[in-house]
Amino acid sequence: MTDVLTEVGAIDCDVHPTVPDNKALLPYLEEFWRDSVVSRGINSLESISYPTRSPLTSRPEWRGKDGFAATDPRDLAAQVFDRWQAGTAILNCLYGVQLVYNEDMAKAFCSALNDYIAREWLDRDPRLRASIVIPMQNVEYAVDEIERCAKDKRFVQVLVLAMQEVPLGRRHFWPVYAAAIRHRLPIGIHAGSAYRNPVTALGWPTWYIEDYAAQAQGFQSQVASLITEGAFAKHPELKIVLLESGVTWLPAFLWRFGKFWRGLRTEVPWVDRAPWEIVRDHFRLTIQPLDAPDDPHAVERAIEHLRSDDILLYASDYPHWQFDGDNVMPAGISPALRRKIAIDNPLATYARLKEDAR
Amino acid sequence: MNIEVRAKDHAQQSKLSIIDCDFHPRLTHEQMKPFLTNQWWSYLQTYGNRQRHGQAKGYNYPKIVPQASRRDAWPPSGGPPGSDVDFCREQHLDFYGIDYGILTPLGSSTGNGDQNVELSIALASAANEGQLAYWTAKEPRLKPSIVVPYEDGVASAAEVRKRAANNEFKQVFLLSKIAEAHGRKRYWPIYEAAAEAGLPVGIHAFGYGGWPLTNSGYPSFYIEEMTEHATGAQAMVTSMIMEGIFERWPELKIVLIECGFGWLPALGWRLDKHWKRLKDEVPHLKMAPSEYIRKHIWVTTQPMEETENPDHLLEVMNWIGMDRIMFSSDYPHWDFDDPFVSLPPSLTDEQRRMIYSGNARALYRLD
Repeated sequence: MTDVLTEVGAIDCDVHPTVPDNKALLPYLEEFWRDSVVSRGINSLESISYPTRSPLTSRPEWRGKDGFAATDPRDLAAQVFDRWQAGTAILNCLYGVQLVYNEDMAKAFCSALNDYIAREWLDRDPRLRASIVIPMQNVEYAVDEIERCAKDKRFVQVLVLAMQEVPLGRRHFWPVYAAAIRHRLPIGIHAGSAYRNPVTALGWPTWYIEDYAAQAQGFQSQVASLITEGAFAKHPELKIVLLESGVTWLPAFLWRFGKFWRGLRTEVPWVDRAPWEIVRDHFRLTIQPLDAPDDPHAVERAIEHLRSDDILLYASDYPHWQFDGDNVMPAGISPALRRKIAIDNPLATYARLKEDAR
Repeated sequence: MNIEVRAKDHAQQSKLSIIDCDFHPRLTHEQMKPFLTNQWWSYLQTYGNRQRHGQAKGYNYPKIVPQASRRDAWPPSGGPPGSDVDFCREQHLDFYGIDYGILTPLGSSTGNGDQNVELSIALASAANEGQLAYWTAKEPRLKPSIVVPYEDGVASAAEVRKRAANNEFKQVFLLSKIAEAHGRKRYWPIYEAAAEAGLPVGIHAFGYGGWPLTNSGYPSFYIEEMTEHATGAQAMVTSMIMEGIFERWPELKIVLIECGFGWLPALGWRLDKHWKRLKDEVPHLKMAPSEYIRKHIWVTTQPMEETENPDHLLEVMNWIGMDRIMFSSDYPHWDFDDPFVSLPPSLTDEQRRMIYSGNARALYRLD
């Protein structure tokens, strides 16, 4: 077990339970939607953000015969808890409920998905926690879903996608953030798109790798939007976690944004401190994938550019294939920082992890 | 006042040669008239430019100052900033002792991104005539760029071939925000013509491609528009690599103008990392994405990233390669970088020489 870069008792902040198709959700849908799923042939909401057979979507050895990985809590536990020795893991379910246009349908699927996660996953392994998936198609529905699920203390975060219909800082979303704060839930922004807009500012790209690469641009835009719109001036307690963002784009983005803030702050006077200060106070990022060369020195330099020991959170991104072997923590991170990333930083981020479950 | 004193001191201390790779001449619509047919001139009078943002006379992200220009750049002769050669010479070229300036004409008078491609074709040609007539004929230190009606690849290639015989033109010029990502096939004739002419392709931030500035829709503020040029440029570089244009035209050189550069190493890391998993999707790539960046892409400095720790900026510049970074001022715009003070002071003399002039001199074959 040389070079096993894991931490005993770590809090794995980004793992993905797979919903193979809508059959899994049928028991949790209201009757009208259960009938609709069957009679209209709505078999699956799988998103092209993670095509099932794409190498990135899962390591080959974790896949079942149907190609899906992580369809059962036991599979996940065997890897995340037994092999990598995490003590807690947060489920971020990536099922394409954000794609549908019908607000009522989105609400129904989100509720079914959250109930499915509670019953089929959280109930079956006390080490699991989860994020509340919300229908951002309608802000009232999104708030309702937070209120409904937040009663279950095993839900520790609210989950939205990096690419939305409009940027996340826009004020009509703010009731969602107020609801999250009321229940001590950070907002987790995960890679993925509702595909309301092309995944690049230059239209629809040709290749899947361009789609995946573009996730990092989505995160940059959301950081800019949340700051410039004044979301943190209005909600000083708001915490944002960037999940599966790639991380290393952040310093250069903040240098550019910071320079323009110096020149243009009269346009957004409520942004009363440098963007990098706001980011250090309000944003956290999960560590997989870490977009850096394999060279430990390069990793060390890239992390040094973040200028914060508090900002990174441990995550395996299981079952996505982001690293080989057991190197959940990229080589090049000091032992002291590893401990912070694995345990201290997640505990400081997720208030509910410190509370007793239920 | 202070600047003047500093300029004098600087001139005494060193004779550093400066090439400004982003100097914006303002070509007015009136100036285009002699180079347009009566039909197009009349069309412009009646319908005007129709860019893909809806505003007839302004912008949905209003600039922070009029014409996005320095308040001291309005010439006494009364025209808009960047329109008076004599004033630009005095305020910029002579003041800083600039050896060469690469002309990068922007604005609707160049026809860029107009919904009417035929109008773009006419205006691009007029803008090229205009650079010669109004600028380089009067100031030989200024070198024109070939403006192309980029949404029509074939017409653009024809414009490149028409101008390339004139050695004054130093690059093919297009914008970063266009209707499709730059690697897409519709633009290939532009790269083919540029490679054939041995000219770099300079891509300047801005333009209106008709898509939201972010992949999450339209943001609200001008500060976001400025910041988002870097995200658009990331998608642009990704597209050029993944579509294989550097395999198709191995001599092709791309200059990113006013797109920033701090993001480039992290983009290369991201593409390399995920290419390792996804390379079966893009078998036409023969090397790692970051190697294409290193081989084919040059960057200009303005707006120079401002880091909290100055060593970090130097590190990023080293990751890109000091031989790929070229000074630019963005004169006369508000976010102008002053040639005397904007580069990190800890660069070596050799690095300063390369960035201020050596790299551009070699790339654009000046002298």
